[in-house]
Amino acid sequence: MTAIPSTRLGATRVPISRSRVRRQSVDVPLMLAVSAILVMGSVLVWAATKNNVGLNAGHPNSFFARQLVNIAIGVVLFVAVLATDYRWLRILAPVVYLGSILGLLLVMAIGSTVNGAKSWIHLAGMSIEPSEFVKLSIALASAVVIAERTEGRRRPPGTWEAVAIIALFGLPAAMIMLQPDLGSTLVLSAMVFGILAVAGLSWRWLVGLLASVCVVGTLVVSTHILKAYQVNRLLAFTNPSLDPQGAGYNTIQARIAVGNGGVFGQGLFQGAQTRAGFVPEQHTDFIFTVAGEEFGLIGAGILVLLFAIVVWRIVRIAVRSDDMFGRVAAAGIACWLAFEVFQNIGMCLGIMPVTGVPLPLVSYGGTAMFATMMGLGLVQNIHLRSHRLLR
Amino acid sequence: MRTQHGSMSRSRLRLVVVQVMVLSLFATLLARLFYLQVVSGDTYRTAAAAQTLRQVVIPAPRGLIVDDQGRPLVANRSAWVISVDRTLLDKMTAQQQKTVLTRVAGVVGQTYAQVVGRTRLCTDPNANQTTCWSGPSVQPIPIASDVSAGVATEILERNEDFPSILAQTQSVRAYPSPYGVNAALVLGYLSQITQGELANAEKANDKSLTAASLVGRSGLEQQYDQYLRGLPGYEQVAVNFAGQVLGQGQNISPTPGDTLVTSLDARVQAIAEEELARSMAAARKTFDKVTGRNYAADSGAVVVMDAHNGRIVAMASAPTYDPNVWVGGISQKNLDKLYAPKANDPLLSRATQGQYAPGSTFKPELTVGALNHGLTTNTLFDCAPYLSVGGHIFKNFESESFGPITFQKALQVSCDTFFYQVGLHFYNKYGSNPANVKAYDPLVNIAKSFGYGQPTGIDLPGEASGRIADRKWKFAYWQQMKGYYCKMARKGNAPNSFLAAFAPEFCSAGYLYNPGDAANFSIGQGDTLVTPLQLARAYAALANGGTLYEPRIGRAVVSPSGKVIKTFAPVVAGHIPSSKSVLNYVDQALRTTLQPGGTLAWKFGGFPLDKVQIRGKTGTAEVVGKQTTGWVATYTKDYVVVMMISQGGTGSGSSGDAVRAIWNALYGIDANNQVNTARAVIPGVLLPNSLPIFTGEGSVLPPVVPERRKS
Repeated sequence: MTAIPSTRLGATRVPISRSRVRRQSVDVPLMLAVSAILVMGSVLVWAATKNNVGLNAGHPNSFFARQLVNIAIGVVLFVAVLATDYRWLRILAPVVYLGSILGLLLVMAIGSTVNGAKSWIHLAGMSIEPSEFVKLSIALASAVVIAERTEGRRRPPGTWEAVAIIALFGLPAAMIMLQPDLGSTLVLSAMVFGILAVAGLSWRWLVGLLASVCVVGTLVVSTHILKAYQVNRLLAFTNPSLDPQGAGYNTIQARIAVGNGGVFGQGLFQGAQTRAGFVPEQHTDFIFTVAGEEFGLIGAGILVLLFAIVVWRIVRIAVRSDDMFGRVAAAGIACWLAFEVFQNIGMCLGIMPVTGVPLPLVSYGGTAMFATMMGLGLVQNIHLRSHRLLR
Repeated sequence: MRTQHGSMSRSRLRLVVVQVMVLSLFATLLARLFYLQVVSGDTYRTAAAAQTLRQVVIPAPRGLIVDDQGRPLVANRSAWVISVDRTLLDKMTAQQQKTVLTRVAGVVGQTYAQVVGRTRLCTDPNANQTTCWSGPSVQPIPIASDVSAGVATEILERNEDFPSILAQTQSVRAYPSPYGVNAALVLGYLSQITQGELANAEKANDKSLTAASLVGRSGLEQQYDQYLRGLPGYEQVAVNFAGQVLGQGQNISPTPGDTLVTSLDARVQAIAEEELARSMAAARKTFDKVTGRNYAADSGAVVVMDAHNGRIVAMASAPTYDPNVWVGGISQKNLDKLYAPKANDPLLSRATQGQYAPGSTFKPELTVGALNHGLTTNTLFDCAPYLSVGGHIFKNFESESFGPITFQKALQVSCDTFFYQVGLHFYNKYGSNPANVKAYDPLVNIAKSFGYGQPTGIDLPGEASGRIADRKWKFAYWQQMKGYYCKMARKGNAPNSFLAAFAPEFCSAGYLYNPGDAANFSIGQGDTLVTPLQLARAYAALANGGTLYEPRIGRAVVSPSGKVIKTFAPVVAGHIPSSKSVLNYVDQALRTTLQPGGTLAWKFGGFPLDKVQIRGKTGTAEVVGKQTTGWVATYTKDYVVVMMISQGGTGSGSSGDAVRAIWNALYGIDANNQVNTARAVIPGVLLPNSLPIFTGEGSVLPPVVPERRKS
């Protein structure tokens, strides 16, 4: 028998029960899963851009290199958030929120349009997509609201909290919807719904919210606020002929590339569809098709499972969090990542509409990488916090 | 220790629910992944291959067509083809497309509109259906074939100025034209496969045809297309989404087409063509007393046939065309020329598709019928200047008169009044009721036995059947046309005086087979029509003792390595129902036409008839509204030579010299009328029994010369 380890927080070597013994450390499975996804993702970016001369302008490895830089910056941000004092996170939440609103305003003022959506700010040679940070800031802000209103009271959140969170979500969501970026709006909605559910809002509220979303959706379509072509774009994944040049083409090509992978895949850099560049936006939104074609069912399945591990660990951290702030924030981030992964991969597999949502940690691009890594830093911070205390 | 308040425990429960829901989303993704990659993987793999692998057809070199001595009549050569890669073109903007197509149009000497017309897919609603591209859009679309090397070099060297434009070499048809032969109407030509043909080939799983195929359109090229075309190869290349080639895949080499060996002899063919052209030119300089102008000599034909087996040695038709105009796709200008009225239908092979009244060349066949049905070699009829039949006067040619004569003399001098009486003899004997459609007629029957009124079955497409104007035909024709003529008679709006008189008569009595019809039939006049080929094989039956063959041009199909794949043996179509003695009598009688007093004698003065025993018959058929059609039908035991010139005057006058020249060539008869078979244009006089020798290395040697058989 080895010596029973003790907590470092305990000043004296007090024998404690095994269940209480935890080393102060980040959640290792989560770290490993995220690292594996980052390695796989950067290779996928490489494979997607290596043969696309139109994109890489003759430098086959340029996107791979830039994505490695993005990951490096993401790791720095991750460490920064992880190292931030837990109490400061709550204090900084309003600043982060207001910062992301400011970013959205900047987009409206000086943003550039990419693929039909005005979502980007080009600044000093960098492209920033503020809506990615909005996801993180809403998770933080909602957590603060719930924590401030429920801690120390023996009552679940009620109307006041629900309205406050919906308001916090509604403003940026409306601005993102105007860009228009339907995908991000959907992810935000799913996240906020998850936050309200985890916060303990009553079932009546939750059912009412779902019902009103359905009513509003029906109204939007039936009153032609969305134009017929926009509806067709959304439905093209069920019937590609609704938008044969756009979303319909994308969804068909994505399915062909994935289906072409078979069980074992065509091998790294060997995917015929990927090499031939048939799938549009393959290094960003449709990056999963590279995994499908080159790594096959086994490789792409492992990627899905890695994301499942990530979400599972974050939910586990939320469950084990001792305070409402940590729990709600972690739960929000879990919902955000889970829905974004489902939305993105589902789109590549033809079971979700074609909307511009990146695959977290995998799609080429800086902003989404930074926001996700900061979110993961927050989650690990919460994890550290809950384990600093003895129960 | 902190106690958990209500909302903490509640949220913990909620988290479990959220976790289950989220993980079920991931399970959904895995299930879908499995479905796409495993369950329907084959479907997507096929779709992926279809868009990333492009099969470029490598056309098979087409087989040669050679003559009896192995001389190529149709061969291949390399030609530069300029084509447009539609998939690359489609990636360009409309302005870029216009720029590059205008530029290439200038280089190949076409207008922008012509180039656009050629590159349009036939499925495009704006496409011009005569010039559009019926093949798949991934196959390069040829816009100009057989361009000069200079044009190709310009496009290859200024590649960057011609995006999507390809310059490649392709095998196209070449016509070596040994001894100057044309033979276009026998050989045929090629043109692009139609969508319908391609669909049929795909339905039949015929791999030898592709959207890029050229298909035989007439003549031997069409008849023997399946042997000549070979099997195309494929080059598989990987392409990107823009259609640009990424790399080479596997190649399947094409299998060259097989060689068709024919019984045509280039030297005889060249002489036949030359003689036909010379005779027609001479006829056009000859004054026609009847019409008061020179003969038009609008068309003509020569058939030289092996009398033993029906093989075709030469077949010339005029007018004809230059087969090179079809190579690489015919231009609109050349097409317009071919179809111009003054070109007089050069695509119609007069030898097999032209139908003409046989005139007196019909008499030997009818004589065979008459002598087998009651009349004898001693039967005499008066060869009077004219004969009154049913109130109409039927004249003898130039109102000649020879008194009572036998069949032999009647054939020698070609006495029409004699044969009118032969015709009336059977008419009165079996069918004096003109309305009786089923009346027995031995003369009609013998004409059918000689193969008239039906296609000969020659191995050429589109053969005409000719027509025997018997009672059945007359009744059917009347039924078909009476509405038209009765209306014309009723309204009195005939366009000319002939029809004004004809219409009411036809309306009321057009179905009646009158004595006049029988008289006309007996001298090959009236509505009876034959093709020169039909006549030649009927005379071949006279030459060989009564066997009617299906004429054949193809002798064998030989693989590129020299292996004989298929031989075409002579096919017997029937036997003439006649006693040997009657056939022999007619055969001997036809010798006298070249002897003093015969109709051909004046053209065969000094000819060594004792050594080359030619039989013959002339014909000069009158055609309503036209000048006379002249025929000369001659034969020995070896060959039949038939020549016809439409609107050329008498048979002997227009064609006699030419036919003699052909016989001179066949038997090696020199200017002094000395027979020297060593000089015969076909070594050994007869068509070779064996095939040319294919070495398998691309060269062809003449066949072994057979022993000259006694004629």
